[in-house]
Amino acid sequence: MIGQLTVSERQSALIILLFIVLWGLSMAIAGHGDLLGPQGWIVLLAGVLGLFGVMSGYYAPEPGADRLTRYYDDPSKVGIILAMIWAVIGMFVGVWVATLLAYPDLTFDAGWASFGRLRPVHTSGVIFGFGGNALIATSFYVMQRTCRTRLPDQLTPWFVLLGYNLFCLLAASGYLMGITQSKEYAEPEWYADIWLVIVWVTYFVLYLRVLMRRKEPHIYVANWYYMAFILVVAILHIVNNLAMPISFGSAKSYSAFSGVQDAMTQWWYGHNAVAFFLTAGFLGMMYYFMPKRAGRPIYSYRLSIISFWGITFFYMWAGSHHLHYTALPHWVQTLGMTFSVMLLVPSWASAGNALMTLNGAWHKVRDDATLRFMMVAAVFYGLSTFEGSFMAIRAVNSLSHYTDWTVGHVHAGALGWVAMITFGSLYALVPWMWKTERMYSPRLIEVHFWLALAGTVVYVFAMWNSGIIQGLMWRTYNDSGTLAYSFIDSLVAMHPYYIARAFGGLLFLTGAVVCCINVGMTIRMARHAVKAGAGGDVPVLAPAGE
Amino acid sequence: MKEFFHRRIERNGIGFVLAIVGDASIGGLVEIAPLFTIHETVEDAPDMRLYTPLELAGRNIYIREGCYACHSQMIRPLRDEVERYGPYSLAGESKYDPPKLWGSKRTGPDLARLGGKYSDAWHVAHLMNPRDVVPESVMPRYGWLKTNALRIDDLGEHLSAQRKVGVPYTDEMIANATADARGQANPDGNEAAGVGERYGEKTNVRAFDGNPGLLTEMDALVAYLQIVGQLTAAAHQETAAKEE
Repeated sequence: MIGQLTVSERQSALIILLFIVLWGLSMAIAGHGDLLGPQGWIVLLAGVLGLFGVMSGYYAPEPGADRLTRYYDDPSKVGIILAMIWAVIGMFVGVWVATLLAYPDLTFDAGWASFGRLRPVHTSGVIFGFGGNALIATSFYVMQRTCRTRLPDQLTPWFVLLGYNLFCLLAASGYLMGITQSKEYAEPEWYADIWLVIVWVTYFVLYLRVLMRRKEPHIYVANWYYMAFILVVAILHIVNNLAMPISFGSAKSYSAFSGVQDAMTQWWYGHNAVAFFLTAGFLGMMYYFMPKRAGRPIYSYRLSIISFWGITFFYMWAGSHHLHYTALPHWVQTLGMTFSVMLLVPSWASAGNALMTLNGAWHKVRDDATLRFMMVAAVFYGLSTFEGSFMAIRAVNSLSHYTDWTVGHVHAGALGWVAMITFGSLYALVPWMWKTERMYSPRLIEVHFWLALAGTVVYVFAMWNSGIIQGLMWRTYNDSGTLAYSFIDSLVAMHPYYIARAFGGLLFLTGAVVCCINVGMTIRMARHAVKAGAGGDVPVLAPAGE
Repeated sequence: MKEFFHRRIERNGIGFVLAIVGDASIGGLVEIAPLFTIHETVEDAPDMRLYTPLELAGRNIYIREGCYACHSQMIRPLRDEVERYGPYSLAGESKYDPPKLWGSKRTGPDLARLGGKYSDAWHVAHLMNPRDVVPESVMPRYGWLKTNALRIDDLGEHLSAQRKVGVPYTDEMIANATADARGQANPDGNEAAGVGERYGEKTNVRAFDGNPGLLTEMDALVAYLQIVGQLTAAAHQETAAKEE
């Protein structure tokens, strides 16, 4: 790994790592006696490990100039492995917290193991750990191919990937210790947020450098989405996380926004994290891997233009539908509702474009579980965007808000769309990248597909039922004009659905573990092939379009 | 035939970046910016008091333990909600809440009108083991709050950071933050009187966890739970006015 860096890149790496060590050390010292201290030690440890890693390979021979004839895929390979590790961690914690809602005493009698601290480990673990790493890994791969140029240097992608994982690690460990801003999906505190800004700006600059060096006159549609993802997430992250730390020695900060302004900023962030992290980024993935795997061109160029600009424009208005009937001014709620409904047009344009792309390849969908993952992802994308627009209507929202219906909706998108498109893309990508003929076991892909689909369906149906029952019970009146059910009645009614939900999650988690085994065995297969001298190590001139 | 205009945009990396930024910024600007300037966004509440240092510490424990993930503090103006929980929430009630804790999910009930509804002893028992008082509850137990000593040495810094983001704490409040936290949970001590002077005579000054000798995280959290929705009477007045 280090052997592929040039000497000057190794030196830069050492300097960066030294800064990270110093940063960790100053956090550990200034934060002594505060929760910031242990976080500092984590940074310090990460920096020292990195230093050892670079030093151990420092005197390895420099890579030859022939490296420039090949795409640089090592960061993507590591990114895929990291994504799978986070997937298992995040989904395991998800199943655990789901079980806690059915059996609240199935836990340790300690702060770190309580529902409130574990829940963000689940959400951040799957969104940022699994999703983020998958996006970074695939974006490196896709941008090189679609721009027909190599990554401009070999250090920046490592900085982006590993720096991002340091952020994820700080976030997850912080939640367990009780560090949180309480802003949903933006829980990490100020020091981790600042670090993410540094990493993310580097990511953006890297992307732009690749675009600038492209040998292809036009920017391919997958890159539009990846770029929108990187750019808008930067804007959202910076604005929503503006905060005043109580001191440099404390992990605690207070948001720059209060009350209603905070609510609007938070859901402008929250909804667009869904839009640009969980939608735009993964649409980029879909626009590259689906046509490649199906062997069909994208159905309509114009549809992709309409849906791209529609999504970037309309989504940014929709956040206020999370605040229907709250103390947010009515006109903002109405705007949010209106744009949420209009959003259905570009969303279905994307989903339709994806499904129409499969025309002429449906026999492949039948036989190939990898492509079927992508097809089902597009279907769930269409379904959950329809559901989202529907739930944003004020009258519907009065029933669905605060209930499990929202949770079901999120998981229809997260499991059905985000995770499925990722698994499909990974199953396509892993053999390409490790230069094996196919995945280790196509049958395991098939098993994973049915586990994932069954898990998603069980989960979503359980939450639809519980959510709608909950919402109806809360608003049911007796003949005498009083409320028919106490709150606890509605909770008792949820019990069977909470068990079903945990079971659905368990199925999905099992599928992810199967995927890990399959990816691991494929990598082993590739190593054996290299040892046996077959393929693998032969320099491959970058072929156009691949 | 003239070249399709989008073909040109696609050839320009920087142009494309600027187009995305422009396209994506409009919605946020139109919806968020006015909230900071339009006075009508937040109602006046002249009787509004600030959290005491102990209550603020309790609120931070509420945040730390992720209570907001299952409990909302935002009652919507719907008949069933007002009858179940109390007067619907006003924007003004959370104007000194950085960050707001409106919540988005009710795995447990809304807490916006929780203050004063139950006794301190009920809250302590409930937090120690929710199933002792509500057998069907699925809430976690929070036993460690009763034994963890509350950190109070940095409360002055907390208040001063809050002031920097717009909460009008006075110099005197900041200077006495640590003493006020001790005083509020120890009614017989000599630091108790200052709390009422600075935060109003109606402020709860009690041994919230039943043990005045030790200031615990339980003291702070119960002090906070007892003041939720009690900082101003504006919501009660508004609902009463609507009914007349």
